[in-house]
Amino acid sequence: MHVTRGFTGHGRAARDPRLPPGQYDAHDDWPVLNAEPTPRLRTDRWTFTVEGLVENETTWTWDEFRALPASRYDGDIHCVTSWSKLGMTFTGVSVDLLLEAAVPDPAAAFVTAVSRTGYTTNLPLADVRYGKAWVVWEAQGRELTPQHGGPARLLVPHLYFWKSAKWVSGLRLTAEDEQGFWERNGYHDRGDPWREQRYQGDD
Amino acid sequence: MSAPGASVPVTVGRPGRWRVVTVAGARWETPRARTLRLDLGEEFAFLAGQHLLLRLTAPDGYTAQRSYSIASAPAGSAFVELTVERLPGGEVSEFLCDEVVVGDTLEVRGPIGRWFVWDAEEPFVGVAGGSGTVPLMAMLRQARAAGRPELARLLVSARRPEDLYYADELPGPESTVVWTREAPPGSARAPGRLRAADLAPLFDGGQERTVFVCGSPSFCDAVTDVLAELGVPASRVRVERFGPSR
Repeated sequence: MHVTRGFTGHGRAARDPRLPPGQYDAHDDWPVLNAEPTPRLRTDRWTFTVEGLVENETTWTWDEFRALPASRYDGDIHCVTSWSKLGMTFTGVSVDLLLEAAVPDPAAAFVTAVSRTGYTTNLPLADVRYGKAWVVWEAQGRELTPQHGGPARLLVPHLYFWKSAKWVSGLRLTAEDEQGFWERNGYHDRGDPWREQRYQGDD
Repeated sequence: MSAPGASVPVTVGRPGRWRVVTVAGARWETPRARTLRLDLGEEFAFLAGQHLLLRLTAPDGYTAQRSYSIASAPAGSAFVELTVERLPGGEVSEFLCDEVVVGDTLEVRGPIGRWFVWDAEEPFVGVAGGSGTVPLMAMLRQARAAGRPELARLLVSARRPEDLYYADELPGPESTVVWTREAPPGSARAPGRLRAADLAPLFDGGQERTVFVCGSPSFCDAVTDVLAELGVPASRVRVERFGPSR
């Protein structure tokens, strides 16, 4: 341990046990970090597709998607750039429902989330099943804005937030792990904030 | 669809391990931003546009870490410079601006980032707002140091003269400054937000240039909207949005 001369960390009196190591509470700020210009997407042309190693490739239009049973996530989100937001509320559809419709092949072990912009991110399939992931259109009771990935983004809150692809257009199931955009650019393939899996080679 | 950046031929920049570095110099860039010169003890390879993680540790083991872009050009030396914007109440930025003195040691990890980086060969356009000037300054300084300033075209947006980072290096032959709230006496352009007319000259005969945009989220959104208006393809634009780093 290398102690920094004079540093006591006056902010930590308020440090919340919900914050993973190396993270700070962004409070009312919700920083926006993406590598590309923000696209303005129209819901009348929006679709969402589950494809790849599935028995029943399925595509939903916006209206069909919004007619699916909605569910809520109440909890925290963690960005690899060190901010976290605690006690967020998102509304959307559970990825479990989408997979149920598409019927994953038993060989499927990974998933690539694909965005309308071409952005991709890879996840173990297990990280988006059993109540761990959603496709959301509402945050904090309001329609998701384009800056935050609207009309809809993936939400995988137990992993660093770059896994929660903005402007998501589908999930592609694969047998092998195929690196996405940030993962090819040096970020971790899984990204568990509690294990500080920030960069390739961590952990 | 192909993903952006799929072919970026960048091999430098493994984050590596935490290392202890010495503060070799410090100066105020503006009343609210301080540059720290760090001695890493050995030659440090990085690319213009990359950042470092910086970690502070209290005697009882409590740590706080933040990301800071490198402002200096890659020079094959052991030194890098970071510029820290002082945010009131920020436990890291206040400490770095108010408490750190030359000779202190800090921990850093990096360099980090392989997307918002310049390869030092391709002509580029940079559009920076406020603290977003930092990584683009590394690019401009590298182009100047290589004797190839024509590779860079930089536009910096600042609120008023006392807010401009690197004021003894900006503007220059390849760089302009646009004032949004208050312009120095004698400025031809009235203060105001960036407009298409400000950005269009950057693309005269340079439609093929990669465009680096860095600043606050609202700044980046405003700039990329104007770039779209000017017909710059989204695939040529790389954006780094600076959230508040307290």
